[in-house]
Amino acid sequence: MLGGALIGMASALVLLAHGRIAGISGIAGGVLQRATPDRAWRLAFLGGLVAAGVVAAIAAPATIGPPVRSIGAVLVAGLLVGFGTRLGDGCTSGHGVCGLSRGSGRSLVAVVTFLTTGAITAMIAGRLS
Amino acid sequence: MTAVDARSRAAAIAMAALAGALFGAGLVISGMTQPARIAHFLDPLDGWDPSLAFVMAGAVAVYAACHAWIRRRVDRPWFDIRFHVPARADMDRQLVAGAAIFGVGWGLGGLCPGPSVVAAASGNTSAIAFVLAMLAGMYLRHRTMERDGAAAAARRHRSGA
Repeated sequence: MLGGALIGMASALVLLAHGRIAGISGIAGGVLQRATPDRAWRLAFLGGLVAAGVVAAIAAPATIGPPVRSIGAVLVAGLLVGFGTRLGDGCTSGHGVCGLSRGSGRSLVAVVTFLTTGAITAMIAGRLS
Repeated sequence: MTAVDARSRAAAIAMAALAGALFGAGLVISGMTQPARIAHFLDPLDGWDPSLAFVMAGAVAVYAACHAWIRRRVDRPWFDIRFHVPARADMDRQLVAGAAIFGVGWGLGGLCPGPSVVAAASGNTSAIAFVLAMLAGMYLRHRTMERDGAAAAARRHRSGA
């Protein structure tokens, strides 16, 4: 719950300071696209995420878990996550945290959809590996 | 750029970095950077770990309260002239198809975009590979979007609209 509350607070800070939805796929994807005035804060936000990872690696390495699938499966998974989140306008943070909180119907549809396909995939992949 | 502009730009950058660090800490504390926990959350038949549902519930509860307060009491964000909150309410195939594809990747790899960046920064080789593939997937979508946009513009041109 504490971790979840921190995620909620950080997302609220993005809304209060920058007036934007804290969707990680949108922030990361936006950095890849043409240079816009938003690029600076998006890069800074990603820098904060990177800093959290570096601190975790030093202070609590057990919090970063080992992969559950082969490298080939991981590469396919990353490709699907990147393409899918840009096609569907969001991921767990943008649709899940921010969208559900705002009562967005689009986000509710997205969350139900990715939880369903995610569960089906995890069940199949878990039996095969 | 005036001194005030430069100061406010620096403050905007610092605030975004702080938000990113808090967000990342929240992901680490809640176990989102452990693919095995995501796999067990998504697979109820294999020793279900429902704790990630509480992470989501906690985040939604806090954000919902803050969002309601901010939109009621705050005229404009600190570093922008207005809020940029999506107002779309229509459903389309892209939303459902995109979410479905994302879900397959999430269930397969046990990582979504935020945790993958944090785990990659920690030096985890598998997460680094995941992030590079994810960026390639995003780039691919941007390219198809440009192509779709150009095709739509050509259709409008031909029909004289």
